[in-house]
Parts: sequence; structure tokens; C-alpha cells
Amino acid sequence: MTTTPAGDVFAYAPAPESRAIVDIKASYGLFVGGEFVDGGGTSFKTINPATEEVLAEVAEATDADVDAAVKAARKAYDKVWGPMPGRERAKYLYRIARIIQERGRELAVLESIDNGKPIREARDVDVPTVAAHFFYYAGWADKLEYAGHGTTPLGVAGQVIPWNFPLLMLAWKIAPALACGNTVVLKPAETTPLTALLFAEICQQADLPAGVVNIVTGAGATGQALVSHPGVDKVAFTGSTDVGKAIARSVAGTDKKVTLELGGKAANIVFDDAPLDQAVEGIVNGIFFNQGHVCCAGSRLLVQESVADELLAKLKRRMSTLRVGDPLDKNTDIGAINSAEQLARIRELSDIGEAEVGTGEGAGRWSPACDLPSTGFWFPPTLFTGVSQAHRIAREEIFGPVLSVLTFRTPSEAVEKANNTPYGLSAGVWTDKGSLILHMANALRAGVVWANTFNKFDPTSPFGGYKESGYGREGGKHGLEAYLK
Amino acid sequence: MTASPTVAGGADLADVARSDASLRRFLHGLPGVDQVGADARAAALGTRSIKTTAKEFALDLAIRMVDLTTLEGADTAGKVRALASKAIRPDPTDPSCPPTAAVCVYPDMVATARETLGDSGVHVAAVATAFPSGRASLAIKLADTRDAVAAGADEIDMVIDRGAFLSGRYLQVFEEIVAVKEACGDAHLKVIFETGELQTYDNVRRASWLAMLAGGHFIKTSTGKVQPAATLPVTLVMLEAVRDFREATGQQVGVKPAGGIRTTKDAIKYLVMVNEVCGADWLDPDWFRFGASTLLNDLLMQRSKMRTGRYSGPDYVTLD
Repeated sequence: MTTTPAGDVFAYAPAPESRAIVDIKASYGLFVGGEFVDGGGTSFKTINPATEEVLAEVAEATDADVDAAVKAARKAYDKVWGPMPGRERAKYLYRIARIIQERGRELAVLESIDNGKPIREARDVDVPTVAAHFFYYAGWADKLEYAGHGTTPLGVAGQVIPWNFPLLMLAWKIAPALACGNTVVLKPAETTPLTALLFAEICQQADLPAGVVNIVTGAGATGQALVSHPGVDKVAFTGSTDVGKAIARSVAGTDKKVTLELGGKAANIVFDDAPLDQAVEGIVNGIFFNQGHVCCAGSRLLVQESVADELLAKLKRRMSTLRVGDPLDKNTDIGAINSAEQLARIRELSDIGEAEVGTGEGAGRWSPACDLPSTGFWFPPTLFTGVSQAHRIAREEIFGPVLSVLTFRTPSEAVEKANNTPYGLSAGVWTDKGSLILHMANALRAGVVWANTFNKFDPTSPFGGYKESGYGREGGKHGLEAYLK
Repeated sequence: MTASPTVAGGADLADVARSDASLRRFLHGLPGVDQVGADARAAALGTRSIKTTAKEFALDLAIRMVDLTTLEGADTAGKVRALASKAIRPDPTDPSCPPTAAVCVYPDMVATARETLGDSGVHVAAVATAFPSGRASLAIKLADTRDAVAAGADEIDMVIDRGAFLSGRYLQVFEEIVAVKEACGDAHLKVIFETGELQTYDNVRRASWLAMLAGGHFIKTSTGKVQPAATLPVTLVMLEAVRDFREATGQQVGVKPAGGIRTTKDAIKYLVMVNEVCGADWLDPDWFRFGASTLLNDLLMQRSKMRTGRYSGPDYVTLD
């Protein structure tokens, strides 16, 4: 099913990772108070976006279910987790981290099946980073007094996470919350609940006290019920800017602490003295990693005019070697789009982009030749040239494998264009000149600035946005602040 | 006359080697290599999973690309004859097993190798120019080269003067390659950089362009006498260079990693890299070689495993 570049004499035979390691149940309940329980709502189906095969029925949590989960979390906070010394909490977190490593292949396969991401990324990026996050925050649990953010937990955290990195976003939310002594109620995304439910089993396996972690599944209404529940002390959300604004409105006037990690439209800036071959890799990794379903994706390429033609030729050649297809094939670079809804949005914005940029000199829409599978949700890696700041594809988050290419002449023009967006989550700078990197990092209004690399994540490094990309930081010592008072 | 080929930045390649200064300007004007990024790209390509039919294709191709090498002070005529016989028929039990590309020996063993190889189609490659150090006068290096060619070598593997390269005397290195190429006559010239001594990837890229501008048919990583020898990232940088050179000039140049490639798994990683960086045009013994000795036996064992489903073990392949 994996497509190979045209004229490929060295055709890679299919190399599928086995699904046998994963046991997907026919139906899943909610994880409340350490037990799986039935939900009161109408259960929904989660599908494999690469095949549209139904994977499982998942319970929908009603307001009453959310209330039960928050009460279980409160009880665990009051009786067990809150009073427990940090060094004891750390033991549980270390245990969870080790089980994640032990069951890494199972988690990676399940993530790939439910999300559509290539097994190579789930295996080499998502799962190792998840384990690293738990290890990292386990280390903080008994050292909070040295972090400078106090040592008193907030209580119960209500956490809502997106579908692009289901397990990794879970780790970003749960690891620091638990390390600081909070308990959590977490709602995974409607289209990707399965690894969170497997994580619930891992909590049982680790003998985590009942109620410390609760998982409630459902759609927007469940999330709304969770963040507006009066028993929640802290709301953490990662997802779209629109939903983030709604959450900010619903908690306004309460004393809940909030962190929001929202959308982005990052500029990846390539200067003429950049290491071009590595810049091409960084551009590809910036926008085609995880099908472009990355809030910090480098979706706007700003390239200095004098190397634009050379860089674009290299980029197109590199894009022709990307292998799109079966996410479980170990040689797949780009997997399936997560849902029909997201595919429709990517198509709509790409069609708008095609009309916007036209077909004038050096302008247009381009994708390498690739045969997409007939079932499932697929979109080829795509780039637009001749894009200007006024075009919607340069302003709106597409959240797909679509790159807008703009050019600039001077560093100040690059800064102006890069900052001319309502977002400010990340940016990339490519140059051999160290002083220019430092200058740009100062001038760019973005939470993360990568220099000569892109989309690198490490638990020790804080992550978060400016402007409409949200507020609060996750990761590193900074990430503790959101869960302490 | 058509205009001479140019590369990005508009440098006219015919003029580049006019002086040390112009050569230096050109080589230092090539885009830099970010070491972390190059290492990461090489590692990522190394995770490709090559199975079944793809592996069969890769195994036979890799065998056809081997320059079966012995470069020891203790080499004997008997050993070279055995090696040459093995190059012609690597697996005596299986006539479908292809021959290797060449046998690679010191110049004094060229005649012996030539005698055994005859018109088998397997080439004789000779290391020359005061291999491996390159520490001799140009006259000696040229005599060394002519001697090997006269004895019947089809290919000459020369070493560059690393001292001159590292001290920035690029023109001297350039002129030496040009002179050795002339001494080669019809023999093909492979230019060895000894990348373990050049140290940086920027140097590897510059040496690659320098050797290609001087007319080398192949660029080669190492002598095998210095550690580290061939590595995936170094070969990546060289493959990018030959790809870009053909784009700029229309001339195709081959690449030969040598030293330290011992297993089938490693060899397949190199082939994946050739495939994805340069494309199918380089997937041929005319354009990509492995300088190796023990690699061949591992390829043969893997090949027989593919055919029979069983590992035969080292007693079932011939000693070098």
C-alpha cells in the first residue's frame, strides 16, 4: 500500500509492524476511581483513519460521570496523593515511566492505529518522549522546594488534550500535575481515546492509588463539563484557538488557574548562508512530521531570495522521496490524516490557496506524484509558492501537510513577516552565523525558537506560546509553576 | 562554445582552479554542513526496514559493488590469487551469485591479480600515490601510478595530500589529482580523502568538490588504515556533493565508502542512502562501490539464508 517514488528500481517491500501485540477491546468504559465504569452518554466509535475500520466503541461521559470523576480525584487528593511525600509520589511516576518503556511497542502500534501517524514516529519520537517526560517529572517530585514555585499543589486538575499527539499530550499534562501532588481528570480527544485508556491500565499495573488519574472520554460537551466543573482547581488545555477562547471565557471570574496551548503558524526562516541540505531536512520535518498535525509546525517557509530557487529545487526533490501510505509500515514517512473532518478542512484551505496564489511566474501549488490509498483519509505533501502575507494559507492554521513558501531579502523583513501573525508558538532560524541566530531569537515573538533544527522536544525544555498561541508553559522547571501555588 | 557550467552563486567552474585564492573562495562558498543535522539524517535513513524482495535485490547489488580488498604488508601472491578467484565466483556452490566489481591490491600485486582475473570482467584496482599516507614527492606518486597501470590496473585509488588540504593549499591538491589522472591514462581514478583526518563535514564537502573539479571518476572516503574510516554521515555528505555536481555540470561521479563496513545490515543502510539521496542512477557498480573484505562473507551468508532459509555459518564461506 505504501507508494514509492516513480521509477524506483530499489522498491522497498512492505515492512508492516505486527498488530498482534495490541489487544483492542470491543468497547471501553470510563476510568474513574481506579476502575473502568460504564458511561451514561451515548457511546461513540473510534476508527482507524488509514482504513476507516471501526476499532472500538467508547463510552461518552455525561455531566454526572464527569462529576463522579472529579469527586474521585478530590477524594484521592485529600486522602492519599496530596499528603503523600514527594519521594513516594516519585516512585509511582518512575514506575509508570518504566512500564511505558516496557510496553513501548504496544503503545506505539496502538497510537499509530488510532491516530494514523507512521509507526516510525510513534516508535522513535512519541513513546520515548512520553517515557522521558514521566522520568523527568518523577525527578522533580521530591525537589519542589528547590524549583522556586512553592510546594503546595492546587488540587484537582481538569485536562483536555488534542488528537495529534494523544499519548504525548497526556504525558505533558499528567506527569507535572502528579509530580506536584495534584490529581487529574483527563479527557482525551474524541477521535483518539485508545492510548489514554491503555495508559489507565498502566496506572492500574503501577498500583497508582485509585482516583489519582481519571480518564473521561467524550466530545466537546464532556470537555466543557470538565473545565466548568466547580470542583476543578486547574484547567489545562491543548487544542484549537477557538476552543481555547471558549474555555478562557467559561473559567473567567472563577479562581481556577488556566494554561492554554493553542494554534500556531510558525515561520521557518532560511538565510542564504544556511546549511541548505540540513535546512531541507528541517523544513520537511517542520511541516510533514505527523502529517503536519503539529501546533508548532513550520507551516510558513521564509527563504532568503538569493537561495530561494536552489532551496526549492532541493526541497521538491526531497519531497518526492517521502513515502505516503500504511502508517504501520516501518518505511512510511507520512501517514493518514486523523479524520474526515480534518481532511475536509485541509482540502478546503488548499483549494483556497490554489486560487489565491494563481499560476503566475514562480507561483502555484505543487505535490510530488504519489498514489494515495483509496480508503481512509489521505492528503499528499503539498507546497505553495508565490504566497504573500495577505493570503489565507499564510495566515490560518491548516494543521496538515501543507507548506506556504514566502521570500524575504533582509533580516528585518524576515522578522516583520514572521511576527505578522496572531500566533506565536514557535519559529525556526537557519544560518551559519551565530550572531544572527541570537538576534533573530530576540526579535521573534514566539515561545520556542529553534536554530538549525525544528520540531525537537525535550522534557527539560519549556514550551508554550505568545499571543493567540496561548499562555503558560509546559515542560522543564517552568512547567511546575502551572501546578503549584 | 557553450558557456561553462556554473553553480549557485554564479561561480564559473572553468575559472575556479585559476589560483589558490579562487579555489579557496569557491570551496568556502559552498553551503556549510550542519553536523547535528547530517548525523540525524543519516541515522533516520538507517531505520529503513529492507525485507524480502527488496533485501534480495540489495544483497546482489551490494555483492556486485564490492571492491574486494587486501592491503597488508604480509600479502602474498597466493592470497591475491585466492581473493581474485573469490571475486569471480564469490559463492562456488551457487552459479547465480554475481561477481564482485573489482579486486583492490597494492601495485606490486596488480600483475598477479590480473593474471587470475583475466577477462572475467572483474576489475583490478590498485592503491597508488604512496598509499596510505601520501607522503612522497609528486614524481614518486606518478611513478607509482604508472607502474600500477602498466601492470594492468583498471582503476587507481589515489590518496590526496591531507597536509596540503588542511593547510589550505587547495591548488596543490587539485594539480596533483590532475597529474595523477593524466598518469592513469585509460584507468579510472578514485580519489581517497581519508575523511578521518579531514575531521569536519565542511572539509569533506570541500574535498569532494575539489576532487570532482580535478576530474576524479570516484570519490572515496578512506584508506581503511585510519579510524574512523567510512561512516554513514560522511558518505551522505559525499553523495550530496556528487548529486549537486551532476546537477551543475552534467557529469556523474561515483562514491566509494571504504573501511569499517562489515555487515549486510550496514551495507543495506548505505544502499538506502544512495537510493534516497542520489536516486537510482547511482545504484550501479559503475557509480557506487564498497571498499571491503569481510563484508563479502556476510553478504554471502545472508544471501544463502534468503535462498535456503538457514544460516550456513562461517565454515561454509571461503576464507579471504
